Amino acid sequence: MTSADTAQPEAAEARPVRIVDAPLAPPSANLGLLSVFQKRYLLRLLVRREVQARYAGSVMGLFWSYINPLSQFFIYWFVMGHIMGAHRNVENYPIHVFSGMVVVHFFTETFGSGTRSIVRNKSLVNRLALPREMFPVSAMLVSLYHVFPATVILVIAALATGWVPDIGTLFGILLALGIIMFLGTALALMFSVANVFWRDFGSAVGIMTNFVRFGVPMIYSYAQVHEKFGHFAQYYLANPIANAVLLFQRAFWVRATDDPEKTLRTGMPHHLWTNGLIALGCSVVLLVIAQLVFNKFENRIPERL
Amino acid sequence: MVESIRVEHVTKNFTLQYHRTFKQMTVAMAKGQDVSNTFTAVDDVSFSVQQGESIGLMGLNGSGKSTLLKVINGVMRPDKGQVLTRGRIAGLIATGAGFHPQLTGRENIYLNAAVMGLTEKETDKIFDEVVEFADIGRFLDVPVNTYSSGMKSRLGFSVAVHIDSDIFLADEVLAVGDKYFKRKCLAKMEEIRNSGRTIFYVSHAEASVKRMCERVLVLEKGKLAFDGPVEEGIHYFQYGEELTGEEDELALEDAELGADI
Repeated sequence: MTSADTAQPEAAEARPVRIVDAPLAPPSANLGLLSVFQKRYLLRLLVRREVQARYAGSVMGLFWSYINPLSQFFIYWFVMGHIMGAHRNVENYPIHVFSGMVVVHFFTETFGSGTRSIVRNKSLVNRLALPREMFPVSAMLVSLYHVFPATVILVIAALATGWVPDIGTLFGILLALGIIMFLGTALALMFSVANVFWRDFGSAVGIMTNFVRFGVPMIYSYAQVHEKFGHFAQYYLANPIANAVLLFQRAFWVRATDDPEKTLRTGMPHHLWTNGLIALGCSVVLLVIAQLVFNKFENRIPERL
Repeated sequence: MVESIRVEHVTKNFTLQYHRTFKQMTVAMAKGQDVSNTFTAVDDVSFSVQQGESIGLMGLNGSGKSTLLKVINGVMRPDKGQVLTRGRIAGLIATGAGFHPQLTGRENIYLNAAVMGLTEKETDKIFDEVVEFADIGRFLDVPVNTYSSGMKSRLGFSVAVHIDSDIFLADEVLAVGDKYFKRKCLAKMEEIRNSGRTIFYVSHAEASVKRMCERVLVLEKGKLAFDGPVEEGIHYFQYGEELTGEEDELALEDAELGADI
């Protein structure tokens, strides 16, 4: 973009003519999310900044991102499994909980930090003409980055309990992460701009994530939902996050039970893949809507920050 | 000559929100008071700048200088009219933006440059100059939160002036560093001016405007009140002010600053 004839100005009198090879254009022009991916280098640095800064000055560094999911795993395994007795109702309960938890965590982290992202980056938003979608998107990518250590723990724990992956494992993981990536970014976009106008939204997100945690078959199993709700369970499945959780459980938990085929029949909904694809489609549509909402309100962001 | 910045009938309104909470808003509405109001920060401003011109933008506090700069920079979009610019914009408006206190000086240079639109290669190219100009020595690989405030602003300034932009926006240039660094900055600014880049310089300091610019714009309550040669512009700018004893002192300081240059 910048090409210039910068002959060294020896004499201040005769200034060189700088030829700018660019058209006259509005300085604030941007294509929303598309611009974010045009600026991949900056996006990468912003993501790295967040990740590095989180563990800066700590001796154990990135190791903490393994300890955190590991500790949660033990809490669920011990409190829910042994004290509340979930081990009796759900086969291989720890893997059941943990495969749900990876997805739920990814979502709540994206939603929470995404919502705060624009207000938190006030100094940048207020002074530079960056595409503002950059901040919710990088919040999502930081959360995605943290899915990795949790998945490593999950794989180790699953292998220890007799997990045999199949081709559905791969598709299940990809589809589940895809749903959360789109859905999380869509919600983060809308809530980040809403949070600029009313900080109430930041507080509301905390409450909503509580519902998310209990609105998916993580602590309890889908079989229990089906048993209690009968055919109303289909409304339960309208929740895209529940579908993502089920897909992740299909990838890990189902394959780690004694008889995967039987678990698939009794413990999973019938149209798992169709539901998953519909959830992905809805999330993509929601992202488009979110971008439109964002465009409508983003002009007012700098003056309200 | 090629047009570098074109500002056409630009108006920017702000919404003033008097009340934040629901309770306050209900009370205000019941009493028949305004809940919000609009305020015109920049009012129907038009002008055109040629590539290589250096413009001084003057005006009292609250006259809309910063808003106009933000509109040109692209941070804000005008409510009416349009702004067109040619080429990369950089400058001393976002010095140190995106600095993360826990990252090292080196990491922050890359981050700050990327935020201003540089690629990794472009940053590699200017990196040594940036470090030398900022004069932070062995603090380069230490987290920025251990820097003194002077070092931090020197680093931000240094990145900003080394970016090869077509349009250079400068706000509060002389607010950083000690006398020695200020002198270095002004020399750098002149170098930038002499390289044929468009300069948009916001300042109260008449001496430095006189030194740096060849055209002056004066804003008054959001309206463009003067557009013309430097001497007349500065005269116009002073004319509106009542010279009290205090301002005489300020004028004196400004002259001293001028002598510094």
